[in-house]
Amino acid sequence: MTAVFWIAGIVAVLGAIGVVAARTPVHNVLALMVNFVALAVLYLSLSAEFLAVIQVIIYAGAILILFLFVIALLSVSKMAKEQAPSRLVAQKELGIAAGVVVGLLLTVSIVRNGIFGTNVTLQDGFGTAATFGRELLTTHVFPFELTAFVLMVAVVGVVVLVGRRDS
Amino acid sequence: MNPGLLEGYVALSAIIFAVGAVGLLIRRSPLVVLMCIELMWNAANLTFIAYARQWGNMEGHILSFIVITVAAAEVAIGLAIIVLIFRRRSEVDVDEAAMLRG
Repeated sequence: MTAVFWIAGIVAVLGAIGVVAARTPVHNVLALMVNFVALAVLYLSLSAEFLAVIQVIIYAGAILILFLFVIALLSVSKMAKEQAPSRLVAQKELGIAAGVVVGLLLTVSIVRNGIFGTNVTLQDGFGTAATFGRELLTTHVFPFELTAFVLMVAVVGVVVLVGRRDS
Repeated sequence: MNPGLLEGYVALSAIIFAVGAVGLLIRRSPLVVLMCIELMWNAANLTFIAYARQWGNMEGHILSFIVITVAAAEVAIGLAIIVLIFRRRSEVDVDEAAMLRG
């Protein structure tokens, strides 16, 4: 279990760095997919099997395909080259510095202080689709309905935004 | 779960979040900015699921599921806005898209 954590964790971080560093949009998407699959493995190691499957289907399947469609729809030559000098002063240096500070603060505070939590033994069916569905449709049915509303608003918004033919 | 492993998961999530934040700050292509936001959503999800495992409670999974749904909605709207900006301009840089008027 520890080996799975280290391997998948390192792959996930490398994928994340690839998303930030790659220059070609398709390479960004591929690096993001590596990160998502590694995260799905981590979810499995946390016995969240239903969410691991959801992660692969929705993220690696639907969302990345959406990115690829938009990249294919817009010609690559139109993408921002990021060669022109930035409008912001020392954007890259300050951005990296701010990110390193945030990362160090979070990581050091977590590692130094430890985390409270009881290590309970899991009940049968923890993380399976059956348990997840029972929880979602009984105890948490209101957030579930809210989710449906959010998705409907998103679909209507997209159609309103790009569905017009007049422009 | 091994003692100390939860700290490992949460620290990993913090590192992925920080990498996403760096990308959000230094990249100027709107597509890459959206992808970095996805990284940060996922880092948050990893924390929810790690804590759900630690406490043996499914509520973290439910919250994580809602985060995934909201992320999907956000990507759909964000990409639609990017397509709109691309139609209007020849080249897109998030610094140039300073006018929100349709």
